[in-house]
Amino acid sequence: MRYLIITILLLSALFGIYYFTVDNKPAVVTSDFEEAFPILGFKDITPEGDTINHSIPDFSFINQDSLEITNETFANKAYITDFFFIHCPSICPRVKAQMLRVYEKFEDNDNLLLVSHSLDPKRDTVAALRSYADKLGVDGSKWHFLTGEKDMIYAMNSEYFIVANEDPDVAGGIDHSGRIVLVDKNRHVRAFAEGTDPDDVTQFLKDLEWFLEEEYGNAN
Amino acid sequence: MIISFSNCEYEAFSQGKALYESQCANCHNENGQGLRNLIPPLAGADYLETHKEEIACIIRYGIEGEMIVNGESYNSQMVGIPILTDVQINNIINYINQAWGNNYGLSNVKMVKEQLENCNK
Repeated sequence: MRYLIITILLLSALFGIYYFTVDNKPAVVTSDFEEAFPILGFKDITPEGDTINHSIPDFSFINQDSLEITNETFANKAYITDFFFIHCPSICPRVKAQMLRVYEKFEDNDNLLLVSHSLDPKRDTVAALRSYADKLGVDGSKWHFLTGEKDMIYAMNSEYFIVANEDPDVAGGIDHSGRIVLVDKNRHVRAFAEGTDPDDVTQFLKDLEWFLEEEYGNAN
Repeated sequence: MIISFSNCEYEAFSQGKALYESQCANCHNENGQGLRNLIPPLAGADYLETHKEEIACIIRYGIEGEMIVNGESYNSQMVGIPILTDVQINNIINYINQAWGNNYGLSNVKMVKEQLENCNK
């Protein structure tokens, strides 16, 4: 879907007049749900010929209320996730502002949760995450801020197609991408947006409405 | 064409604006609104006016502990930006003091240099 959007943007840039006749970029590039929200990641084929899709493996973390959060927390629910750390001086607050837009738009929709993984478990203790969530003014049963075993956290990035590495040469010491990622009730990654790009997130919010409508018959 | 025309318009404190957007806007936002109770706003922030003599030091060395901005309490660590020169810090201060409807007066490099020599590090 993203490549289609990029292609369309490039085409419209070539035909500059396009921008003067149409206010917004096309909201929907395909009307086909499966095409719009493909199961992302490498696929494998069993000897029997069945497709094995990439899916999020088992995990266990602790949230800002000291509750254990596992895949079971998200049974039958979709969730939006990102990676961050409290002392992050670079893109994190920018991404958080966009995650807040998702939170606010779907605050009353029980089928969608939000999950932010801390990449700095040493400093981002449960108490620190609690304080962070409080200062953001968000509800802990809707938006989980996770800490836990550092190795497990760093092992999860790539499952969500997010890059994160400790790097003493970057501000804050951790280099990571600001993607926000949609995972469905079957643990499949279905879409993502660049959390540093408000326009991309605006489109993502529209897509999420469609996704929730299709999966749960209700976007609100 | 439209873009190149609009670039010809005079824009005040353009270096300060560019520096703000690359060094400060990740946290304080392009619109100076900050982020909820995590990161204080700069737009309309009384702190910029009441703590004029601290702003250059905060930009260079950061700040920790509770601060009150427009009656709200904030308590998150801000890291300093040591790579900025005195002149660049002055440009940023002039930008944030005039942007978003702020009207907190002009700074100059001499004032900034004096301030930076007396920071509580």
